[in-house]
Amino acid sequence: MYAQLVETGAAEASEKDREFQEKIDRGVRIEANDWMPEGYRKTLIRQISQHAHSEIVGQLPEGNWITRAPSLQRKAILLAKVQDEAGHGLYLYCAAETLGISRDEMTAQLLSGKAKYSSIFNYPTLTWADIGAVGWLVDGAAIMNQVPLQRCSYGPYSRAMIRVCKEESFHQRQGFDIMRQLCQGTDDQKAMAQDALDRWWWPSLMMFGPSDKDSVHSEQSTKWGIKQNTNDELRQKFVDQTVPQAGWLGLTVPDPDLAWNEEKGGHDFGEPDWSEFHEVLRGNGPCNRDRLAARNKAWDDGAWYRDGLTAHAEKRRNMVAEGAA
Amino acid sequence: MDPLVTFCLRMGDTTLILGQQTAAWCGHAPVLEEDIAFANMGLDLIGQTQLWYEIAAQAEGQGRTPDDLAFFRTERQFLNAQLVERPNVDFAHALMRQYLFDAWHLPIQEALCESGHQAIRELAQKSVKEVRYHIDRSRDLIVRLGDGSEESHAMMQGALDALWPYAADLMAIDAVEQALVGIGMLPPLDRVACAFEAETAVTLDRATLAIPGNGHARTGGRTGIHTETMGYILAEMQQIPRSFPDARW
Repeated sequence: MYAQLVETGAAEASEKDREFQEKIDRGVRIEANDWMPEGYRKTLIRQISQHAHSEIVGQLPEGNWITRAPSLQRKAILLAKVQDEAGHGLYLYCAAETLGISRDEMTAQLLSGKAKYSSIFNYPTLTWADIGAVGWLVDGAAIMNQVPLQRCSYGPYSRAMIRVCKEESFHQRQGFDIMRQLCQGTDDQKAMAQDALDRWWWPSLMMFGPSDKDSVHSEQSTKWGIKQNTNDELRQKFVDQTVPQAGWLGLTVPDPDLAWNEEKGGHDFGEPDWSEFHEVLRGNGPCNRDRLAARNKAWDDGAWYRDGLTAHAEKRRNMVAEGAA
Repeated sequence: MDPLVTFCLRMGDTTLILGQQTAAWCGHAPVLEEDIAFANMGLDLIGQTQLWYEIAAQAEGQGRTPDDLAFFRTERQFLNAQLVERPNVDFAHALMRQYLFDAWHLPIQEALCESGHQAIRELAQKSVKEVRYHIDRSRDLIVRLGDGSEESHAMMQGALDALWPYAADLMAIDAVEQALVGIGMLPPLDRVACAFEAETAVTLDRATLAIPGNGHARTGGRTGIHTETMGYILAEMQQIPRSFPDARW
């Protein structure tokens, strides 16, 4: 859904680099055919492909509840949402392809475990309320990250994000609406909603990445106009937006240190467990293995399908060639 | 039961169960475009289900909602064709199931565009546009994969062999439909079976696939006789509403 730890590589400042930087500083969008430093290209490929992979893997935790959605309307909405996520994956892969990498290469990186995707999807969706919490919190956090990306210096990415953001805000509303219905429902439903908030709150805060003081790659990305806000700024914004919503729902945010700070005009809040964050990044989250296994199975089981279509296209080409001869 | 209610349940249950089976592919299909396509078809099918259930619930007049019909009936009360409950063995089965369904669904929706019942007519006029798109897609894939590699041909032939006997259940007509035809609520449905035969004969031939020749047919779904997979589908689909019967979602 966004990039947590994108490495930017070292950039050597040449004349071209300086011209490039001036363009960015003037707010000129970089397009696919423009010259760009290798580090910029690589950073974007990594960030956009991670983002695309996150959309693809993100289908799994939510797709987990499509067949069990508790009403026809909720089933339809969830299907539409997961379909949107797959669509986001598709146009983000296309945006990355403009930088000179193929979708097959990116897919191979995901399947081998080499490429990262948003760690949030390595947490399980255990009850129906998790679908509400994922929409409300996870998509809410994603929007915080993505709205600034609409102004990203790279044109194809920026334009993809404009479209993605429109749909994400619908996703967040549907998640909140699931929570609203649960919180206005029976005691069981309300308990389900609180339990989901308890489990998703901290992982959602971690979606913004490590604290600014520990975030090693931010500076160059900011200079290049890829990153617009720091991790901590966005996290603060998310907390300030979400806490009143939780209050309106009648839910308790699971953070004993949470308090309104009049002076800074925002909330003070506790520190996420960064050792957990790094464990999940290292592949040791609750679902890392399951998620990769599911994607690998889909790919491997589908080999006959892809080969079959290629074989048919080949036959058609030969027929046309023979007809022309 | 009122024949109109039965007919609407036969239609709505069929789209619901296929929608349920189709939607399960989300995130697990062979390419991203298929994830999107299957979600999209599932969405259309669930939407059509809601419309069928609204007509059924209204005709029944017992205050049941479309969700009551989906989540609080049991295996023997579901009247879907057996074809759509056949399991997601692999993607070849999913594609073939969809194609055989589409090859019936298009002509019946076209016929229903002339129904004497206003709500059914309107439903069909809306759905037929979606269904035309579905069969364009599934027919194209049947041809390309049937006439593709040796392996894809074998996969599609295997799926056809397994599923063809269930196609008869889509076309099964009994006193229910006859009664509705008799009062002009449904147009004559014989042409649906003819259209299905014509469509599948041409397409399967182009796909170099052979229709199984033993005439073996499985029917019963329309009267609530299902295959062993049906109970599992409902158990999964109905689990939450049945666990919390007083809750609204």
